[in-house]
Amino acid sequence: MPRPGFVLEVDRSTPPTLLWHGEGFRLERFPTGTRVVYGPEPLEPLEDPDGAIRHALLHPVGDSEPLPALLRPGMRLTIAFDDISLPLPPMRAPDVRQRVIEAVLDLAAEAGVDDVVLIAALALHRRMTEAELRHALGDRVYDAFAPYGRLWQHDAEDPRNLVHLGVTDQGEDVELNKRAVESDLLVYVNINLVAMDGGHKSVATGLASYRSLRHHHNVRTMQHSRSFMDQHRSELHSANWRMGRFIAASGVKVFQIESTLNTDTFPGPFAFLQKREWEWGVRDRAAFIASSNALDRTPPALARQVLHSIRAPHEMTSVQAGEVEAVHALTTESVYRQQLVPVEGQTDVLTMGLPYICPYNVNSIMNPILVACLGLGYFFNLYRGRPLVREGGVVIMSHPTPWEFHPVHHPSYIDFFEQVLAETTDPVEIEAKFEEVFATDPWYIHLYRTTYAYHGVHPFYMWYWCAHALQHLGGVIVVGGDPRAVRRMGFKPASTLLDALEMAEDIVGRDPSITHLHNPPILLADVT
Amino acid sequence: MSERSEPVAIDLAPIVARALPKAVEARRRLAWRRRPAFPWSAPTWPGSVERGPARRSLGADFDTEWARTPAARVARGFVLDGLIRPAVSVVASPTVTGLDRLRGLEGPVIFVANHASHLDTPLLLCSVPERFRRRIVVAGAADYFFDRRLKAIVSALALGAVPIDRTSVSRRSLHDLEELISDGWSAIVFPEGGRTPDGWGREFKAGAAYLATRTGAPVVPVHVEGSRRVWRKGGRLRLATTAVTFGAPLRPGDTLTEARTLAATMERSVAVLADEQATDWWTARRRAAAGTTPPLQGPPVAPWRRRWELGEGRRRVSGPRWPH
Repeated sequence: MPRPGFVLEVDRSTPPTLLWHGEGFRLERFPTGTRVVYGPEPLEPLEDPDGAIRHALLHPVGDSEPLPALLRPGMRLTIAFDDISLPLPPMRAPDVRQRVIEAVLDLAAEAGVDDVVLIAALALHRRMTEAELRHALGDRVYDAFAPYGRLWQHDAEDPRNLVHLGVTDQGEDVELNKRAVESDLLVYVNINLVAMDGGHKSVATGLASYRSLRHHHNVRTMQHSRSFMDQHRSELHSANWRMGRFIAASGVKVFQIESTLNTDTFPGPFAFLQKREWEWGVRDRAAFIASSNALDRTPPALARQVLHSIRAPHEMTSVQAGEVEAVHALTTESVYRQQLVPVEGQTDVLTMGLPYICPYNVNSIMNPILVACLGLGYFFNLYRGRPLVREGGVVIMSHPTPWEFHPVHHPSYIDFFEQVLAETTDPVEIEAKFEEVFATDPWYIHLYRTTYAYHGVHPFYMWYWCAHALQHLGGVIVVGGDPRAVRRMGFKPASTLLDALEMAEDIVGRDPSITHLHNPPILLADVT
Repeated sequence: MSERSEPVAIDLAPIVARALPKAVEARRRLAWRRRPAFPWSAPTWPGSVERGPARRSLGADFDTEWARTPAARVARGFVLDGLIRPAVSVVASPTVTGLDRLRGLEGPVIFVANHASHLDTPLLLCSVPERFRRRIVVAGAADYFFDRRLKAIVSALALGAVPIDRTSVSRRSLHDLEELISDGWSAIVFPEGGRTPDGWGREFKAGAAYLATRTGAPVVPVHVEGSRRVWRKGGRLRLATTAVTFGAPLRPGDTLTEARTLAATMERSVAVLADEQATDWWTARRRAAAGTTPPLQGPPVAPWRRRWELGEGRRRVSGPRWPH
């Protein structure tokens, strides 16, 4: 029986706490009285995932017929699926997408459907490589579709393959992938890692164009999403729901398939990462000593390669299919069951160790903007109710934050960091002054469409993700980061955690309350 | 004339009272520094976290799979032939009979024997035919042989022991043993569940019979005589002679499917072998046919008379023993 998450109060006998530090780890001793929030242990997986998938397809929820009843010869069927940004780290084969898509294709074959296209729902993310597609879909699916041009990657800048459906009652443009819209049935295959994923966001964001995305990927929406993980208080969620309902009303028939994973994040050699430190056995301690020493002595590029080759032993905990909103209600319930941890009261200082990976640097470099996005956009937003840290409080992040960018994946990030952040770090000003220039730059659009580059506007969105935190916090301190890169983003660098805590006292006052967000496993603090 | 100084009385008590806590603290600090820090040493346990039931890695949960790897089996072969066999032959001088009854029998087989001494396991391991010895495990009491890590490792490596939970009603350990037998491993089981405390046997529990009915493996009854004289429970090691008698295999079939029936049959078979050892084959056969084989459990009389009947610790007298 997996144990629920809990809040530990550090005392003299508490062993040092493990923190991610980019491509390495740190053991830090927190002051007595610090709260450490530990996530629940991984839930028991479904015993028969393939059986559960088939059952979900045959017994959909909400106002939807079973999938076989929606399939017929001569129809146009499009299967869209989440891209490389999910799950994290990439899961051990077979990927959930492969299992689900194979089950859908089995039914389509039985029904005699010939016109089937698979689309990676990239939104403005980079295209997936063949190896990444093969990992997500499996060789059987890839080899059956890719050679015949039936495996597509959504292109948000291809005017011939986009269709403008109209505008919502809030004046939001809805422009989507043409093939998806014009299909008789759009099946969306989702993986839900956090409560923000899935639902109407799958289609309304994943298959949309910049023209459509800019209506909710903006500073105002981000500042009014408190948090992204709380659907009832997320403007991002509301905007996507408006668009999703508009899409449905426009006649696009969507059959949504969502799955949730447990938080079994790291395999055997790295299993100590998700254990509570006082429960580390000899094997865990030996693994920690060996891996941390090895990673410290390994060139960063090689360490990155080693860590990115990790395949998570995630297992499926639920799968549901049918009408989007009914499906997503079940999915959210399942995500909360895995991740929620009750926490009483806010804190003056919130600390977090940031890992080597975030949704936008799979098989890539975690550049400073992504460090900020992971800490302030994602980890800060892992709350329901109130933020873990009080207004005017301080976030301390541990990450080397190197001034380093992947030139192929993140070309516009380089210019954003060099030019935009050099001038201002205020998201509102950045949005008003620079966004359109980057978003419509033909060179960035060319790179996005023809290579493996994120869209020109993507670094802006990453910065907007931080907008709520930047508005809420009194200061951000980065431990062990490159001081130049840290200062460029308007944060303060610190050499050690103790230094950072002393610096935080200048902002929040003497003897602050401290809370540490332990990761992995991922958690969602239910702050009362 | 020199002036003599007055003797000064020094009261050591306050000095000691002041110095002692400092010395204790200094020693504590020194000891603290000597202890390597986490993660080089085991973590301390936060005061606010309750300790749950310890995750057991000993007892019935001890994993013995490693002891059945080819390397461990080679090592066990060396230990058995290089150490245990010479030692057993020196202290127990065993006479092994009845092996002809196992001719044509192929593994896996369940050997069931009476149990009077720790010597029984080495005696059996040294006595079973070579074809079984290569793949054989010994059912050992989880609470005795696997209660400490070193003991558990030695038991698993040197004897091929696997833990059997005899203190709780659990089929898990039996299930593990069942899997091993299904996988081709023979097993030595002492169905009495422990060494005899008084020299007389005890009722055979149904575990071994259950295993046989579940796996269909033939059961070979074995009687070990004299091991208690060499090394009784709680006693010292002495030199004495022993005898190991193998009986004809019992095959769990249509008539022996019920575990308790089979357990009783096993017990009777070992009793017949004991009788054969005490008298002769023909006498034992006639008594078995007549249903008058002396039971292993001894006479149902007062404890002193049971003890008296064994004749342990007194001069050996000739003449008939119980039952007369």
